Amino acid sequence: MNSLIFRTIAPLIVAVMLVFSVYVCLRGHNEPGGGFIGGLIAASAMAILGMSSGAAEARRALRIDPLAIAGFGVFIAGFSGLLSLFTGSPFMTSIWLYLELGQTSVPLSTPMVFDIGVYCVVFGTISAVALALEGGEEEP
Amino acid sequence: MDYVLAGLVGCFVALGVYLLLSRSVIRMLIGMTILGNGVNLLIFTAGRLTREIAPIVPAGLEQPDGPIANPLPQALILTAIVIGFAMFSFLLVLAFRAYQSLDADNTDTMRVAEPVNEPNPPLSY
Amino acid sequence: MGFGMDASIALVAIAPFVAALLAPFIHRLARPYAGWVLALVPGGIFLFLLTLIEPVVAGGTVSASIGWVPAYGLELSFLVDGLSLTFALTISGIGTLIVLYSGAYLKTHPHLGRFLGFLLAFMGAMLGLVLADNMLALFMFWELTSVTSFLLIGFDHTRQAARRGAIQALVITNIGGMALLVGAIVVHHLTGSWELSALGGEVRGSGLYGLVLGLFLVAAFTKSAQVPLHFWLPNAMEAPTPVSAFLHSATMVQGGVYLLARTTPWLGGTEAWTWILVCFGGATLLWGGLGALRQNDLKQMLAQTTLASLGLSVLLIGLGTEAAIAAMLLYFVAHAFYKAGLFMVVGAIDHEAGTRDITILGGLADRMPVTFIGAAMASLAMIGLPLTLGYFAKEEMYLGLMHWQWSDMAVLLVLLAGNAMLAGVAMLVLVRPFLGPVLPTPKLAHEAPIAMLAGPVVLGAASIVASVMTDWLGHTLVEPGAAAILGEAVSSHLTLAINPASPLLWLSIATWALGYLVYRQAAAMRTLLRRFGAGLGWTADTVFDAVMFGLIRFSGAVTRLLHHGRLEIYLATVFVGLALALIVPLGVFNGYGALLPNADLGNWSAKLSWPQLQPYEWGVIALALIGLGAVLLATNRLVAILALGIQGTAVALIFLMFGAPDLAFTQFMVEVLSVVILALVMTRLRLDELDQRPLEDLARDGTLALVCGVGVSLLLMVVLSGTLDTRLSDLFTATSVPIAHGHNIVNVILVDYRGFDTLGEISVVMAAGIAIMALLRRRAKPAVPAAPAPRRRRKAAP
Repeated sequence: MNSLIFRTIAPLIVAVMLVFSVYVCLRGHNEPGGGFIGGLIAASAMAILGMSSGAAEARRALRIDPLAIAGFGVFIAGFSGLLSLFTGSPFMTSIWLYLELGQTSVPLSTPMVFDIGVYCVVFGTISAVALALEGGEEEP
Repeated sequence: MDYVLAGLVGCFVALGVYLLLSRSVIRMLIGMTILGNGVNLLIFTAGRLTREIAPIVPAGLEQPDGPIANPLPQALILTAIVIGFAMFSFLLVLAFRAYQSLDADNTDTMRVAEPVNEPNPPLSY
Repeated sequence: MGFGMDASIALVAIAPFVAALLAPFIHRLARPYAGWVLALVPGGIFLFLLTLIEPVVAGGTVSASIGWVPAYGLELSFLVDGLSLTFALTISGIGTLIVLYSGAYLKTHPHLGRFLGFLLAFMGAMLGLVLADNMLALFMFWELTSVTSFLLIGFDHTRQAARRGAIQALVITNIGGMALLVGAIVVHHLTGSWELSALGGEVRGSGLYGLVLGLFLVAAFTKSAQVPLHFWLPNAMEAPTPVSAFLHSATMVQGGVYLLARTTPWLGGTEAWTWILVCFGGATLLWGGLGALRQNDLKQMLAQTTLASLGLSVLLIGLGTEAAIAAMLLYFVAHAFYKAGLFMVVGAIDHEAGTRDITILGGLADRMPVTFIGAAMASLAMIGLPLTLGYFAKEEMYLGLMHWQWSDMAVLLVLLAGNAMLAGVAMLVLVRPFLGPVLPTPKLAHEAPIAMLAGPVVLGAASIVASVMTDWLGHTLVEPGAAAILGEAVSSHLTLAINPASPLLWLSIATWALGYLVYRQAAAMRTLLRRFGAGLGWTADTVFDAVMFGLIRFSGAVTRLLHHGRLEIYLATVFVGLALALIVPLGVFNGYGALLPNADLGNWSAKLSWPQLQPYEWGVIALALIGLGAVLLATNRLVAILALGIQGTAVALIFLMFGAPDLAFTQFMVEVLSVVILALVMTRLRLDELDQRPLEDLARDGTLALVCGVGVSLLLMVVLSGTLDTRLSDLFTATSVPIAHGHNIVNVILVDYRGFDTLGEISVVMAAGIAIMALLRRRAKPAVPAAPAPRRRRKAAP
């Protein structure tokens, strides 16, 4: 796995996969995709990076502890549900906000925030596990 | 075609159970994954099969313009797959650590929690 | 009744618990004065209860209720009438003195704060018990007294005898607690009410009266230690002396007496009631009296006389006449005063002289004069001399039996014998340690501190003061109390005048004379009784041990049977269950009928057709089967991992073919990641990939697996032959765009309709991740040889 070709090409693949994962996550509400798939793709990207450049390098590239990302995901997923309390509706009632930006309108909604939370959880947890297994048990 | 898949589900379950009954931890782990796949397929098939039409409403429409695949089992299975994977990772790491600290991958030799000759409870207060 | 009264009556039962929680902190802050500070709580309760005397004497009852579980019509209701007020006043009054006493008795004990906490919690439970009107609240407080007394008796938990005493008390009194609960439920079933005050004669008239009576009597007899369930009480003497002084004078053991008195109006008065109570009470009275004479340990002597006194109380309630009930009330108060006082005296002797053995104590009166005065006042009350409460109690109980019938005469003889023995013991307790020649003691005896003297002196003085104020006593204690028990107005006729013509006087004199005889012959009787006890061989105590050890052996055997430690057998058990659950119901409910061809199909075998599948679909299914077969037959790790990937990919393709792209992608990614991390781990382990099962195990497991697989297939086919309830799917499909603004229905279900579920699921994923990281971060330790397995799991490395 330590071939020169793999090491050279891996960051490129990883970058593409990460961008793709965000795209898949965000389009999930209307097309095939969503937080679960996006998170898995991003976690695979991290696994590839860990294989090519080493787990320590991958952790450094990530900057944040992956489990912290997972925790943040659970937090914003729960928080998005709490937002409905301000409208006086039950927990997790969705709220939609359409931002008119010139030609297009960008829909912002609590389900989207929730989906991003799902993305973070799946991405964070699985990257943490994969990187820990790749890098032995030593911690950063 | 549903019945063919029903048979396939049976094969998954049978193999999963067979592997789980073996005493090697890694084979049990693989059995767990296969059993999980079998159960996911079971739910999927029980929700009836529809060829190639994803449960997605075409853009610009309020309702799908024809029969679509049943979305409910899909939603159930999607989370099941991810949780199953988390479970798989956990079991794998658990087996890994058990192997490291007990030097055993055969469940018959893992007797830390339930020792072979456990003494009787003491007859006192 | 306004809120203020409601709250304050409930507070009577709740405040001690709050104080109990604070006790350890108060102990830490006010170290030597913890007892004094905490005594303010029961003292305050006592003063508050005093203010209730006036309305209760005026003939009223004070009740209060707080919503408890309003949905079930349950209320935490309290009722203060003459009976409960008498008990509550005694409990809180003696409780105040006991808390003071404990503070001094256990002054140097490091866990004094905890002890005071237990004591206050116990007092709260006891107050709740006597004030509760709701039967379930009564049960709750009843059980709380059992639990807190368990903590108190086992306070000195490093000694096995203390643990045994505590467990014994807990087990026996909990049997009674369960009986009480069942009894309360039966009564509720009969009358529709949970309130004790609402019950009338309907229970007595019903066919279930025998059952209700039995259950309530079991409850009362276990708590009040009637023969043959008496043995826990002497063993409870393992507790520190203040506990004995409290539990065995006014509280714990009187709970049963209180219950009997409380249930008299709607349960008592029948022939069965009278006979059972009189017989058991009389037996306990004699047994306890004889038991006391057998002992030479002061504390054990008092414990046995407590048994006798409880028997006496039960007997009096059983008689149920006006005089008997009045005697019971007077006796309860008198007994609580003198028994608490004597226990405190014994504790002081033990504390200052270092022994409780009556045969090696003597002449302490000079060294401990105040203690002696307290002991004298209490002992005289126990003997029943005039100018003490005990005198009136004895007069009243004899008065009730002046009918010259054979049954009354028999009871009178039992009472005479019992009272004589109690009087004899009282003389022993007073004379032996305090009078006579000075004997050397393990510690040089000196006077106890004031907090330990307050109890006996105050109680003794109160007993004398109360006995002088006969009118007041009759008016505030006997009349309201007896009225509450009997359900009708009662007039008291207590008098200090001594009438030489009355047979009562002569009965009293006979009691004292017999008591003196007992006192003179104590040593001879002790020898005789001990010989008799040794000849008996076994006691209720040994039976209890046999039962408890039998239970331990039984549970050990069951554990060994079920927890054999063979994982494959556990799993086989599970899968046999699964196979049965799959196959049997389908057979029983004729599920296979749906799979068989219909009769009107005619020659159905000619119409069999090959399933309508596209070639590529066959291909995918074949791929799945190849993957499964390869997993089964793999002989090395790499093949097994690849085969796992193949079957997973095939599953992903199946999802893709049948309209589930989301699932397909997810499954595919999961398979890739599974293979990657499996490969990462497997390369580090030298694991055997070969199946090591012997052939017969392979055949057995294979058969079981096949049955499970076939069962799942059949179940699925039966499901498929039925109709599908699509209401929920249709709802989601129809509303996905209009309501949830999403075109991907699966995603909408996940993040919107069933978002709460998904939130839980991602939390599970997160938790699994944390668990994995925790496992991985444990520092790797050198492998432990598997054969001599360590007894316990090693603790996680820091």
